[in-house]
Amino acid sequence: MIEEEPKRTLVISTIENGTVIDHINAGEALVVLRILGITGSTKECLSVATNVTSKALSKKDVVKIENRELKANEVDRIALVAPNATINIIRDFRVIDKKGVITPQILIGVLRCPNPGCITNTNEPVQSRFEMQRKKAVCAYCDALILSDISSHII
Amino acid sequence: MNHIISIHDLDRAEIDRLLIRAGEIAAEFAGKEPLKGKILGLLFFEPSTRTRMSFESAMLRLGGSCMNLGGVEVSSMAKGETLADTIRVVSGYADAIVLRHPKVGAARLASEFSDIPILNGGDGAGQHPSQTLIDLYTIRQSMPLDNINIGLIGDLMYGRTTHSLAYALTHYNARIHTIAPKGLGLPESIHSALEERGSSVIEHDSIEEVISELDVLYVTRLQRERFPDPAKFYDVSSSYRITPELLSDVKEHLAILHPLPRVDEIDPEVDNLPYARYFTQARNGVPVRMAMLTEVIV
Repeated sequence: MIEEEPKRTLVISTIENGTVIDHINAGEALVVLRILGITGSTKECLSVATNVTSKALSKKDVVKIENRELKANEVDRIALVAPNATINIIRDFRVIDKKGVITPQILIGVLRCPNPGCITNTNEPVQSRFEMQRKKAVCAYCDALILSDISSHII
Repeated sequence: MNHIISIHDLDRAEIDRLLIRAGEIAAEFAGKEPLKGKILGLLFFEPSTRTRMSFESAMLRLGGSCMNLGGVEVSSMAKGETLADTIRVVSGYADAIVLRHPKVGAARLASEFSDIPILNGGDGAGQHPSQTLIDLYTIRQSMPLDNINIGLIGDLMYGRTTHSLAYALTHYNARIHTIAPKGLGLPESIHSALEERGSSVIEHDSIEEVISELDVLYVTRLQRERFPDPAKFYDVSSSYRITPELLSDVKEHLAILHPLPRVDEIDPEVDNLPYARYFTQARNGVPVRMAMLTEVIV
């Protein structure tokens, strides 16, 4: 009996409605899920592929979420950890919108300030505000800097 | 509406305008009461002597009056009211607010909730723009601000006054010399920010190696509360002290500044030398804050 050669292609099922986030930096898919608030207890039908071969990135992650279209502030958060990501909106199995992400110059309510003495880490009715300066984020209230591991500061 | 929250918000022209105004204010308003009928709200959530009293003095000299929050324990903050709500309420009672608060960024937040100008009187380890303006004003009384050699000595890690002054002096192409005990040097982020703004920053191991080059020596105290081990504090605090002997070969116009209070950093015998400018610096709080008040209250 001759064994059939297994297919060496990646198969992730297509989705009828929802969002495909493609070209996520390899290994960052789980961070993207955390940003979107998707945990083991949420109900979304989800496909995640990590370390997939990619022409553009050599390796990439892909996330497909059924029946959910992302809000602007979610896209802003994703841009921080996946600056090369493309967001595909799917309706009736067709891509009806495809766009890249842009890291906003000002991030409001996206990052938690690392300075415990900052007024944004109190019960005051204020959202954190950071200005992106090249690769660093600067708190508009206390001038604290986030220089690395920005994803760990995402709210 | 104008707020004065951070020295970073002021460009060179705005700083110069305030300093010139401070120099002329006594003569400009002699016998006049330009802020008569205006009320300054003083909201101090942390202890203060010089800042609170000199703002109060400045307002009274301009013909205005002051309203004090009193202690935090007798205010609605003790009932859990947020700073944002307190500011909304007080902005209905006064024409401007001076705020001192332990949290960094408190004045920025206050400016977002206030209908009247906010003057930052110090926000935790953050900004204290009136102190920086006083420092610049005091230097300017002795020499032009451009191209000076300034030595910053003391706790340069946590000392907000040195950070703000160094930043402001980048407008004037200063050469900044730093002398700090081990572990209390200028944070790398501040060091690189100063260099990005075109200032040269030179680190020294001892004050002796640079004192003769300096036009200004800015001394700060070590904050005892940052040292869990008192013995370590005394080791470090005795590592620098400004004495008459140290000043035997300095430039004639050297100006020694200190934001006060001092502890042991400056020998009291230095007080009588012509280089000592720190008590003048404290007195300058009044004209500089008068200039700030007339700038923001209309």
